[in-house]
Amino acid sequence: MATEILMPALSPTMEEGTLAKWLVKEGDTVASGDIMAEIETDKATMEFEAVDEGTIGKILIAEGTEGVKVNTAIAILLEDGESVDDIDTSAATPEAAPAADAGNEAAPAATEAPASAPPAAPQTDTSPDWPEGTALKEQTVREALRDGMAEEMRRDDSVFLMGEEVAEYQGAYKISQGMLDEFGAKRVIDTPITEHGFAGIATGAAFGGLRPIVEFMTFNFAMQAIDQIINSAAKTLYMSGGQMGAPMVFRGPNGAAARVGAQHSQDYAAWYMQVPGLKVAMPYSASDYKGLMKTAIRDPNPVIFLENEILYGRSFDVPELDDYTVPFGKARIWREGSDVSIVSFGIGMSYALAAADRLAEEGISAEVIDLRTLRPMDTGSIIKSVMKTNRCVTVEEGWPQGSVGNYISSVIMQEAFDYLDAPVINCTGKDVPMPYAANLEKLALVTTDEVVAAVKQVTYK
Amino acid sequence: MAPRKSAKKPNVSAEELKAYYRDMLLIRRFEEKAGQLYGMGLIGGFCHLYIGQEAVVVGLEAAAEEGDKRITSYRDHGHMLACGMDPNGVMAELTGREGGYSKGKGGSMHMFSKEKHFYGGHGIVAAQVPLGAGLAFSDKYKGNDRVTFTYFGDGAANQGQVYEAYNMAEIWNLPVVFVIENNQYAMGTSTKRSTHSPSYWERGAAYGIKGEEVDGMDVLAVKAAGQKAVETCRAGKGPYILEIKTYRYRGHSMSDPAKYRTREEVQKMRDERDPIENVRSMLLTGKHATEDDLKAIDKEIKTIVNESAEFAKTSPEPALEELWTDIYAEVEEA
Repeated sequence: MATEILMPALSPTMEEGTLAKWLVKEGDTVASGDIMAEIETDKATMEFEAVDEGTIGKILIAEGTEGVKVNTAIAILLEDGESVDDIDTSAATPEAAPAADAGNEAAPAATEAPASAPPAAPQTDTSPDWPEGTALKEQTVREALRDGMAEEMRRDDSVFLMGEEVAEYQGAYKISQGMLDEFGAKRVIDTPITEHGFAGIATGAAFGGLRPIVEFMTFNFAMQAIDQIINSAAKTLYMSGGQMGAPMVFRGPNGAAARVGAQHSQDYAAWYMQVPGLKVAMPYSASDYKGLMKTAIRDPNPVIFLENEILYGRSFDVPELDDYTVPFGKARIWREGSDVSIVSFGIGMSYALAAADRLAEEGISAEVIDLRTLRPMDTGSIIKSVMKTNRCVTVEEGWPQGSVGNYISSVIMQEAFDYLDAPVINCTGKDVPMPYAANLEKLALVTTDEVVAAVKQVTYK
Repeated sequence: MAPRKSAKKPNVSAEELKAYYRDMLLIRRFEEKAGQLYGMGLIGGFCHLYIGQEAVVVGLEAAAEEGDKRITSYRDHGHMLACGMDPNGVMAELTGREGGYSKGKGGSMHMFSKEKHFYGGHGIVAAQVPLGAGLAFSDKYKGNDRVTFTYFGDGAANQGQVYEAYNMAEIWNLPVVFVIENNQYAMGTSTKRSTHSPSYWERGAAYGIKGEEVDGMDVLAVKAAGQKAVETCRAGKGPYILEIKTYRYRGHSMSDPAKYRTREEVQKMRDERDPIENVRSMLLTGKHATEDDLKAIDKEIKTIVNESAEFAKTSPEPALEELWTDIYAEVEEA
């Protein structure tokens, strides 16, 4: 049967083009791969090859014709034994490409229109993290983190730890102290200094069915690896239509330590929080470090676990339970209050809690919320609290533009606007690279004084 | 590239040779059809065709066993067909339809098959190299003797993460075959313009990794080299590097007019070194097959490819709800 040769689309954006030159004439035989014509697109002149073999029966569009729409029939190809007389010219209508009509239809309900009436307070899980009467022991964040990892490695052989100095050196920050002895070099693996490479190898190992824990000596160095974290670990489940993903944890200290300068003092919470496919935890207390780490290792998705060097040595109560886990997406209310909601996470909680103590002395009752995980984020608990206090201050060490606090503010504005008695204030690190000088570094970080001042501003005190 | 005598008396049966002919022809006809569907607007965005390079994947798949893994870049259609993935599912992914391997959410560059141990389909040049080393790491960790074929191009071979992966693959003895498909052009930049050490496999020596150069237009030479590489890896002596000299007939992607090389250069390669014609003439001159036998194969392939195109046109677009699925895997309750 005679087939129509159609004007091809030769770039992702081409809709029409110029048929610059025919390199075949009527009566010529062509085979697959023969160049038949030159076609000018908006970008370049392209050679147009034959796909099927046959004889050029008729040229429908003369060379030099401009503005030929994609899918217009430009020639007729005859098979063996056919002649020009067989051509049914009435059939010369292009086979239309599918219309991209999907975009015009309403997207499924993920972006519901804002309700006109203020919504009811959201239902949130306010159950305590451990049953009353549970025995507690005091542990540093460092010990709790190691216990969390070690418990999961005892539980599941496919979990392993890799990173710089995690094994023989016992951890650059001594998080993996003793783990090499217990689990051996097969499962506690020293890497060369090669973040991009080992993040990729770990992600490949996760595709292959293992559950890697990748320690970055600090998250500053993970910028070398961020392509693997986002493009490979976070997106593969989606790109594969659900066939395979990366069950793994990327962990390490994040944010400022002390006097280590601009390249070692960045908070990445807002960066990773933005990425669908990732989960992001940023705990404050030792029990959360342990319970969230165990949850992170069991999670079938890539988890960014943002730790803090200054918190490593701090002690907190940790429940003495055989298998203590903390769910993702459940905030912890550290103190209840009625005048203002202070929302924070990670080391920001130090300032939030210190500010609440000082405010209490002045008769201002602050409710302090520790988000614990940023993706998923327990916005329900924030909204519920703001509906009660009508005021909110967020606290974080990261930069102000595009901060976690900015996102929280927008959620409050959309979901509890009518409850707000004052604008939300975001207390953040200053909009500068971290300076080295002690006095300037102090100035660059968020402070308890700033949180206290922000609360007074929103409470008009 | 000078033609090389690779296999004087090829240790291969007529049936195997016919199978290689068939598998290479399937890739070529499939890619030609994909180019045609792209021209009709049925395939969008980027589409990187594999025409000319068919002997690389067919030769290496001949050296692979069940359970071996493979991972590659965005020029991935040939790899998927060669490892036995369904042409219908591949073509329907190209057209962004529900019947595609990724339900239409991946496209030409991002397809996967757990069943066939095909791990993508990666769009960031060289990102698949450490990923492939990681797949090999998982097999070594589990204590099996499976091997991962990690494919990348001469363009990727200049990325730093390739050498990070080499270094760790060697210190950990990972069972990975690094396959450099050197088609001589990184998009429009010839190897001559991008490096003064054009012998990419020799760079492995800096990390203590063995390797060799292979004539990628000769499927039997590729198979032989692949077997050697695989044996090395299975014996726990990996990794191994194969630099396979090949040639892509088409542009880098559909919108590349390929003005960085002459038409004569391409035509000469097609006329003198075509991997499919090579096997075809071997089959005919050796009297392993008749013209009619080969015509029957051509016909079978044409049917498969036409069916895949028909499936890819008629499979529905993904349901709109699919936008929101497969972002997170479900957490299993303890």
